Amino acid sequence: MNVAVCVKQIPDTAMPPALDPRDHTLVREGKLIMDESDSYGVEMGLQLVEAAGGGEVSLVSMAPNSATSGLRTALATGAAKAILVSDPVLAGSDALGTAKVLAAAIARLGPDLVLAGTESTDGYAGTTPVQVAELLGWPSVSFAKHVKISDGLLRIQRQTEAGYEEVTCPLPAVVTVTSGVVEPRYPSFKGIAAAKSKPVEELTVADLGLDPSQVGFAGARQQVISVEAAEARAAGEIVVDKGDAHERVLGFLEQLKIL
Amino acid sequence: MDKTWVLAEQRGGVPAGIVLELLTAARGFGGVVEVVTWGPSSESTATVLGRYGAAKVYDVGDIGEALPGPKVAAAIASQVSGGNRPDAVLIGATHDGRDIAARLSVRLDLPVLTNVVGITASGGRLTSDHSIFGGSTLLRAEFTDAIPGLFVVQPKSFVAEPAEPAGQRSVEIVAIEVPETGATNAARIVARHEEERSGPKLDEAAVVVAGGRGLGSPGNFALITELAQLLKGAPGASRAIVDAGWVPYALQIGQTGKTVKPMVYIACGISGAAQHMVGMKAAQKIIAINKDREAPIFTIADLGVVGDATKVVPKLIEAIKARR
Repeated sequence: MNVAVCVKQIPDTAMPPALDPRDHTLVREGKLIMDESDSYGVEMGLQLVEAAGGGEVSLVSMAPNSATSGLRTALATGAAKAILVSDPVLAGSDALGTAKVLAAAIARLGPDLVLAGTESTDGYAGTTPVQVAELLGWPSVSFAKHVKISDGLLRIQRQTEAGYEEVTCPLPAVVTVTSGVVEPRYPSFKGIAAAKSKPVEELTVADLGLDPSQVGFAGARQQVISVEAAEARAAGEIVVDKGDAHERVLGFLEQLKIL
Repeated sequence: MDKTWVLAEQRGGVPAGIVLELLTAARGFGGVVEVVTWGPSSESTATVLGRYGAAKVYDVGDIGEALPGPKVAAAIASQVSGGNRPDAVLIGATHDGRDIAARLSVRLDLPVLTNVVGITASGGRLTSDHSIFGGSTLLRAEFTDAIPGLFVVQPKSFVAEPAEPAGQRSVEIVAIEVPETGATNAARIVARHEEERSGPKLDEAAVVVAGGRGLGSPGNFALITELAQLLKGAPGASRAIVDAGWVPYALQIGQTGKTVKPMVYIACGISGAAQHMVGMKAAQKIIAINKDREAPIFTIADLGVVGDATKVVPKLIEAIKARR
């Protein structure tokens, strides 16, 4: 059972996000961390490999400036290796361009299963994994909240707006997992030490046999017209509860004729 | 703008709410509005679609237990490559809608604009609005040389209104072919489960009472349910407690959950993460109860109570009961 997990390395979410004033892309300078929503895919991959009794988890990532800081975290928890696609022509890539890169990298690995988060924390387009599936010619199941494999078939509980569906799907396939689907493990000291020597293969767009016009700003075929502050919603009255704040809430609801 | 297509997801024999919102928006673009639907109820769906301005309904047909993504995307792509090409395709940001958009994007080799919260047509071009960074920033974008433009639109971005003068009562339904989808269509739905609910639907309720981590423990969510019931509203939740397994996903409000626009939103023990605020900041009035004076939710609350929700809410419940 070989699992490829798509991992996005993003700016630290504790820092306020910003757009580059020149090209309106998200600023991705400084140390990148693994998107927390991908930690669930990594953990799910590790559990499925353990349950199968063999195989390994590989990471696939696309990042500027050869960043690997976010990948080391996942390697420390047990992933075996990583492919990192890093190339100046990738700047400005949209979801489809990113999917083309990830699909080409995944094809080199030939996994049984691809896992990804439902959407990234910084860009949240939420289309990349299923675009990867279509590019590979594979089925996909999005919004998985429970995943197991029996008799070579994926058995998935897929979230819906009103509840969930039980879905079966043959391998190979792409599955997107919701956050909270599993409890990601913490890396051990041994794991952190071992991660430093695990292989990270760095590739360019040319290495993947992709035409540069398919990715980056050229491939995105969209442009930002304007960026402005949204109409702000003003803060209102603040009361500190001294045991009677519920009365103010009651009064407010009466004013609004809710009561 | 000659022609716009809207994807019509069905819910229990009628179009999903977002479909009517998208039809209303598409009518404003000036050209013909047509719809692509799939599922067992194309007749009853088409009647409603007509009232909202659809001139024609392309019917993919009943797809049985398949997930909609592969077949619906393949059917649309085959129409487009066969010459029946709209200028834009509007797709609701539902789970199935995002799957269809992703596969359609690859089939047509066209980009997708996602998280759209508004669209303006002018001079034959469409410009889309995107609310980013928790709603603090508005970004406008457009396609360059990508037709049809694929837009994935957030629910509640437009207010649904029937066509004026009255839209057509009977609409032409045209069956369209689904080309071979091969292995992509191998997933099967073997069972469907709906969460039980009493009271109004979360995304339609006039009052929403939502709980978060500040409730301290899963058992305390009963306070949220009780207060919602007393106010004839619906209970909701932050992603944090859905992820933690306290309540089902159907209650989640925010980026990946429901978008709500109630008259009153009462946030109890919710700090106000960016992904939560985009789902509720359009509420007419917001009441927030949170221990942390610095919580972001207080920057948008009309009434902010700095206090422990597990203490304030029980007293509020008692006070409301005492009024009766």
